Amino acid sequence: MSETTETTYKPTSPNSKLDFASVWEYDPAPESTANVKVKERYELFIDGKFVKPSKGRYFPSTNPATKEVITEFAEATQNDIDQAVKAARKAFKNEWSSLSGKTRGKYLYRIARMLQERAREFAILESMDGGKPIRESRDVDIPLVAAHFFYYAGWADKLEYAFPGKTPEPIGVCGQIIPWNFPLLMLAWKIAPALACGNTVVLKPAETTSLTALKFAELVQDAGLPSGVVNIVTGAGQTGAEIVNHKDIDKIAFTGSTGVGKLIQKSIAGTGKKFTLELGGKGAMIIFEDAPVDQAVEGIINAIFFNQGHVCCAGSRLLVQEGIVDQVIRKLQDRMEMLIVGDPLDKNTDVGAINSEAQFETVNKYLQIGLDEGADVYQSKCEIPENGYFIRPTLLTNVAQSNRVVQEEIFGPVLTVQTFRTADEAITKANNTQYGLAGGVWTDKGSKIFKVGAGLRSGVVWANTYNKFDPTSPFGGYKESGVGREGGLHGLAAYVNLR
Amino acid sequence: MSDHLEVLKTYKMYIGGNFPRTESGHYYKVFDSEGDLLANACLASRKDVRDAVKTARGAFTGWKARNAYNRGQILYRIGEMLESRRGQFEKELSQVGFSANEAEADVNAAIDRLIYYAGWTDKYQQVFGSVNPVASSHFNFSLLDPTGVVAILAPEQSPLLGLVSVIAPVIAGGNTCVVLASENHPLSSITFAEVLNSSDVPGGVVNILTGKKEDLVEHFSAHMDVNAMLYTDALSGGLTKTIEENAAENIKRIINNPVGDWYAEDAQSPYFITDFQETKTTWHPVGF
Repeated sequence: MSETTETTYKPTSPNSKLDFASVWEYDPAPESTANVKVKERYELFIDGKFVKPSKGRYFPSTNPATKEVITEFAEATQNDIDQAVKAARKAFKNEWSSLSGKTRGKYLYRIARMLQERAREFAILESMDGGKPIRESRDVDIPLVAAHFFYYAGWADKLEYAFPGKTPEPIGVCGQIIPWNFPLLMLAWKIAPALACGNTVVLKPAETTSLTALKFAELVQDAGLPSGVVNIVTGAGQTGAEIVNHKDIDKIAFTGSTGVGKLIQKSIAGTGKKFTLELGGKGAMIIFEDAPVDQAVEGIINAIFFNQGHVCCAGSRLLVQEGIVDQVIRKLQDRMEMLIVGDPLDKNTDVGAINSEAQFETVNKYLQIGLDEGADVYQSKCEIPENGYFIRPTLLTNVAQSNRVVQEEIFGPVLTVQTFRTADEAITKANNTQYGLAGGVWTDKGSKIFKVGAGLRSGVVWANTYNKFDPTSPFGGYKESGVGREGGLHGLAAYVNLR
Repeated sequence: MSDHLEVLKTYKMYIGGNFPRTESGHYYKVFDSEGDLLANACLASRKDVRDAVKTARGAFTGWKARNAYNRGQILYRIGEMLESRRGQFEKELSQVGFSANEAEADVNAAIDRLIYYAGWTDKYQQVFGSVNPVASSHFNFSLLDPTGVVAILAPEQSPLLGLVSVIAPVIAGGNTCVVLASENHPLSSITFAEVLNSSDVPGGVVNILTGKKEDLVEHFSAHMDVNAMLYTDALSGGLTKTIEENAAENIKRIINNPVGDWYAEDAQSPYFITDFQETKTTWHPVGF
């Protein structure tokens, strides 16, 4: 008999707290990086070739879990963007827009299949470069990437069925700028529908997470996609601005912060460029007294701690009906204590690294703001690695609707908790921010779901679930959370002109 | 010759189901096609815009909660009321240069347009919504949901048919609106407000201001509680840029539908309804 079984520890029961940590220790279970090759340096991908940046500048990319430099990326400047747009224009005119929908679709199917074949490599790179747990990049991000290409591949020769009474036509050259929270998934959301509809693209990944986009460029070469249909240019805000302001780009698609989204909308004012914006959020989850509380707590944990809370549609506000507030907070705290924060490449890790030093500082700034505003702060007591950017799962209670931590997007593992008495009060509080991206409802009563769901001014309503994504499901915001939809049939509208 | 001296109508604005004068206290002169004075119209101010937006916001929740059948009946009722008062509109149109035949055709088309959109209220959801076959164990559907408060610059040269054509699809979809009437021919819009007021349209759903486009566009496009803006006439490049720059302050949706001929086939479309709809997608688990 081993020592472990001789201890006086009793197995957990539904009535007592689960306490794995003091009984079992997790051995490290890191995903091997042996078969993954990262080059010392990545060039720009323009017109089907990897080319050096015209000004010869490069910037490093860091693994946020270790602060080690992984590789470096080229900085695209005005001349590079110009070359990329010219390549995209040429490919649009000479080839892609006149190719049959069937053939465009088959290219996309081919890309989808190759993504599936290389899925593990992409997942590992995504976790190394961005800090997200391998469990998520392996089981959520990359499978959704392949699914997204597969879904839009099928639309390419069926577009006339999507717009009753209208004839869809491609827009032309699309400039696409994507964020660092779901690097390859956001690339898929942008490129798959654009190509399916006959457009060509110039895409800029975020400067902290460009690795998988350049690996994708290699895949595009291998898939034999005509040169210039997809161009990937790396760089920071200035590179993005060159894309936004380029005269020969017909449409801008941006995912990122509301602040930058407003700058983009303003800078293309009067130019006639089309645009879609997928911006910030401050999703509220409403949990009623008749909700299945344990199920709800699981959902709430996933809503705010999934991807370290770096999710524009994260459920970052919890509205609890008064009668169950103590119970819900206690169960949430218990569940938070079980989350493993640490090495993103470890298969047991629940919460990985904050994406960058800048974001680490932003989240910590908001924690201080919360304290200054009088919030009570609860953080899980787990150990976190000494090196790297890590923040413990955090609850802020005793907050008011007007507090900055309630109104502003923190984009980290921080959940605010407020209470309500009536459904109307909950809806009013949920809607009382500048945002309108997502919301959640937890109740066992179907009629309540539909009534509350109808009252929420947000593009996604998750009822008795949260943070679910699918290529067939339209996604996008009301109000200052953006304009336009991505995904599903509705996502096609972002990439066509209707005649 | 009768000894009846015509009683002239005071043309006021239409805000929240009432007919107030402008808070500015100012007016501008409206002339007929011969250049003779027709009326003194209200010169709306920024404060009038704010008041109208506030009342439109207040009416929004109730109006979007009306069921589609009810909204359809109310749009149909507007058509009925317009039909019953057609003489008044024909007279006002002829004053601004329409021939008798043109005026009659304009009113006919305006009535038909209302009937057209009345019929769409309970159908666009079926045509443009979707059930989405997600790969996980969830039921997932997308419905259209009105964008909110819409600012509308009514067409300058089509004071009745153009006006009806821009208002009807916006309210058919459950939005509320603040309309700036044709600057030079605003009288039909106020008379149309009388039709609205007797058609079961809740106060605040449609608000109509009269005044100077150059002055008011700035306030329409900059207002933080306006969700979307519609215009159909070509604007000067500078004004377009101003509108679009102001819109960025709260990510307003700016819709420019350049309809030239309001009698044309493409002057009415369900896409003019969906221009002012958000797609809302709801997920729910499926299981025992």
